[in-house]
Amino acid sequence: MTPYLSLAIWVPILAGVAVLVLGRDADASKARWTALAGALAGFLVTIPLYTHFDETTSAMQFVERAEWIPYFDIYYHLGVDGISVLFVLLNSFTTLLVVWAGWEAIKVRVAQYMAAFLIMSGLVNGAFVALDAILFYVYFEAMLIPMYLIIGIWGGERRVYAAIKFFLYTLLGSLLMLVAFIYLYQKSGSFALTDWFELPLALNVQVLVFVAFFAAFAVKVPMWPVHTWLPDAHPEAPTGGSVVLAAITLKIGAYGFARFVLPILPDASRYLAGFIIVLSLIAIVYIGFVALVQADMKRLIAYSSISHMGIVTLGLFLFSVQGAEGALAQMLSHGFVSAAMFLCVGVLYDRMHTHAIADFGGVANTMPRFAAFVMLFSMANAGLPATSGFVGEFLVILAAVKVNFWIAFLAATSLILGAAYTLWMYKRVIYGEVANAHVAALSDLNRREFWLLATLAGAVLFMGVWPKPFIDVMHVSVVDLLAHVAKSKL
Amino acid sequence: MTVNLLPVLPEIVVLAGASVILLVDLFLTDARRHVSYWLAQFTLLLAAFVTVRTMNIDVVRAMHNMVVDDLVADFLRLASFVAVSLVLFYSRSYLALRGLFRGEMFVLILFALLGMQVLITANSFLTLYLGLELMSLSLYALVAMQRDQRAPAEAAMKYFVLGALASGFLLYGMSMIYGATGTLEIDRVAQAVLGDTGNRVLLVFGLVFVVSAVAFKLGAVPYHMWVPDVYQGAPTPITLLIGTAPEFAAFAMILRLLAGALGGTEVDWQGMLVVLSVLSVSLGHIVAIAQTNLKRMLAYSTIANMGYVLMGFLAADVTGYSAAMFYMVAYVLTSLASFGMILLLSRKGFEADQLDDLKGLNARSPWWAFMMLLVMFSLAGMPPTIGFYAKLLVLQAAVKAGFVWLAVVGVLAALVGAFYYLRIVKLMYFDEPGDRSPIDARGDTRVLLSANGLALLFFGILPQPLMGLCAVALVQSQYY
Repeated sequence: MTPYLSLAIWVPILAGVAVLVLGRDADASKARWTALAGALAGFLVTIPLYTHFDETTSAMQFVERAEWIPYFDIYYHLGVDGISVLFVLLNSFTTLLVVWAGWEAIKVRVAQYMAAFLIMSGLVNGAFVALDAILFYVYFEAMLIPMYLIIGIWGGERRVYAAIKFFLYTLLGSLLMLVAFIYLYQKSGSFALTDWFELPLALNVQVLVFVAFFAAFAVKVPMWPVHTWLPDAHPEAPTGGSVVLAAITLKIGAYGFARFVLPILPDASRYLAGFIIVLSLIAIVYIGFVALVQADMKRLIAYSSISHMGIVTLGLFLFSVQGAEGALAQMLSHGFVSAAMFLCVGVLYDRMHTHAIADFGGVANTMPRFAAFVMLFSMANAGLPATSGFVGEFLVILAAVKVNFWIAFLAATSLILGAAYTLWMYKRVIYGEVANAHVAALSDLNRREFWLLATLAGAVLFMGVWPKPFIDVMHVSVVDLLAHVAKSKL
Repeated sequence: MTVNLLPVLPEIVVLAGASVILLVDLFLTDARRHVSYWLAQFTLLLAAFVTVRTMNIDVVRAMHNMVVDDLVADFLRLASFVAVSLVLFYSRSYLALRGLFRGEMFVLILFALLGMQVLITANSFLTLYLGLELMSLSLYALVAMQRDQRAPAEAAMKYFVLGALASGFLLYGMSMIYGATGTLEIDRVAQAVLGDTGNRVLLVFGLVFVVSAVAFKLGAVPYHMWVPDVYQGAPTPITLLIGTAPEFAAFAMILRLLAGALGGTEVDWQGMLVVLSVLSVSLGHIVAIAQTNLKRMLAYSTIANMGYVLMGFLAADVTGYSAAMFYMVAYVLTSLASFGMILLLSRKGFEADQLDDLKGLNARSPWWAFMMLLVMFSLAGMPPTIGFYAKLLVLQAAVKAGFVWLAVVGVLAALVGAFYYLRIVKLMYFDEPGDRSPIDARGDTRVLLSANGLALLFFGILPQPLMGLCAVALVQSQYY
């Protein structure tokens, strides 16, 4: 059997190393082409994960297991189920886009830039497919290093502050999680997640471990009130960094809730569900309002991401199939839409070197094709039916109605607020008279940018019109996950 | 009765080597000084060879029960040989450029090493004390080698005065324990303590002094005062030496004294080590933030790291001891690379010991910036570097011993520490270089320092061999 999961992890990492070795600052095109080849290979090896995936079972598939650190019972243990498999594809796909998007915009240290993203991609895949807690932790933590460098080297003016804040915030959470991992190892004598799913734990222990896991994953998602690193990181990060942050790394936080918190701590999850739901609703409503008043496009999209991730955490903690599937669909959709939004901002930034809303106006006059794309992605961000953004939000709201009307009511404000801040930004940037000479001098999308956005537009529309293939993949695993949550471990 | 010399053969080799260099060096001109250098390297190689050849898995006590040769001793001795050899390789051009490439340098380093070896193999309080003094006195002299400069002289003075005080503590504590148990031999003391035949109050009284002395040698708070001054004041090669091989000796000292001789008073020293550990990890990391001198910052980082060693050690079982030992090995490996980098960046008349000297290193040399990046992330305990597993083992030992809160303190302190390690990475990668002079170094230094840096990554991906080795050595030496 071909070790597809190992390939998904190591092909991009080795490609990244190859880019570092081959790439010279003087000859950037070699680094670019090597990186593109690596990213493409990295994406191609993940395709069999979808085509060979068995949708009828919730068991782990493509499992690889080898002794890694026997002294500690740590295994190199990989596997995917319906919950994780799509994220591996999403991540490898996004990496391809990011490498392509950085083609012209990045002019200094091209090899290091491309290599950082490729290595990041492999580490993210590792985090999604690891079934051993320490293996997961290694990938989870190691991915901070390339991201730190990406923000710090190629970022904006306040990049140092943003990079260090990003790193320390995330590290605090994950270190507490490490202690929780060690504690669970002490209890169970194993680092295997599947063993932990069956491990009986008293409620007070579950709550403490929950707090530790929450610290790690809530920061990553990010949930209100530990979200403040994200609006600082995004405006400073280069376009590719923003795309990967929003489309991929936020998903790891939500994935952590689905993979670790719910099945390992079912009683604490049910006990504290109200707490998570309240935080999620605050994220949806309050952060939605905060997004409304942003003067910077990247900050606005960052807040919009936090608000949308509120839908995800809400859906996961409603404990219904619709809710969880809605949450996962929202994660995928947000992966496409936020990537697209940040790429659009990147297109403007490459031309004008600013992402302040006030610097723009009437862009539609000079960049009509670009304006059309932004319209589509804005609608998707607002959750318009027939775009991918609608599927997840609708399912989660539907699930919320069954639990409590007011939860559903507040969650549904996401659709209104989302439309308000996205479309208002659209109006100010794209419509109106040409604001200044810089806007008047803008040139429309070149062929690379066009196809980049067209690819994402296709994905957004496809998922919006026909979400069935996505939902089918996750269905059996979601049902199984909820069965785990329903079963008490006391 | 014949005397079994096999267990001390590595010591004999190093002693003979040092004496030969002492003699040969008299007849060398400055141009041929490298003969002494290579003789020192050859001595280390020969000693390592002898250690490997005479290695056996049994615990052998020899010389009238004065020394013990077990796997821990073999392992720590070999590690010390490697560390000292790398110190010599890394320091060569630095010493040559500053007129320190002299015979007495190598002789003193070898005598310090001999002291460490004696300490590592000690089975009697007397042997242990002799080894400690031989090591310390040689190190005092080495710190003061640049006698015409103020900072090294001051550092040597501080080191000597405080070190002498610690030796006094140790002797006093040992005499108490002798009073309580009636013997100086470590294995007999252990039996006496376990048999509970002695005076308990006297024993614990002695223990307090022994722990103080050990904490001083490790540089744990509140016995850390000498560390920053000595690290900063000493010539960088000597800082490199002090920060590496003697740490193995210090580990052997704590192992022989606390786990070996006083294993029966575990509940008493556990509490003391908890206090030392908490203070060291927090104070070390917090004060390091305020430093602008790289060597001084690394000194505070050392203090914090020794806190983690104690955190593992205080679990007082084989998991804890091997965690502490693995941590020590990981730390020394990282420390070698970090001070090696400072030496690499130093030139004639330029010390490269300020944080700002690292500015823009990535633009000057991506490779060495990457090596320093590995060092910093290893110190911060980030995977995939060896530093992560060191922290993992230590935390696991603490949790296993029931100190979950201590593990939480440990990770919170690590978070504080991450800040200043990240700042170094920031300087190297995010800032523009202040000076763009090319980095040139001897070929052997380049290769070895690169191998050293990559070893941090290699053992970060495949830590099993080293972990297994530490655990096996301790179990075979009957520390459990």
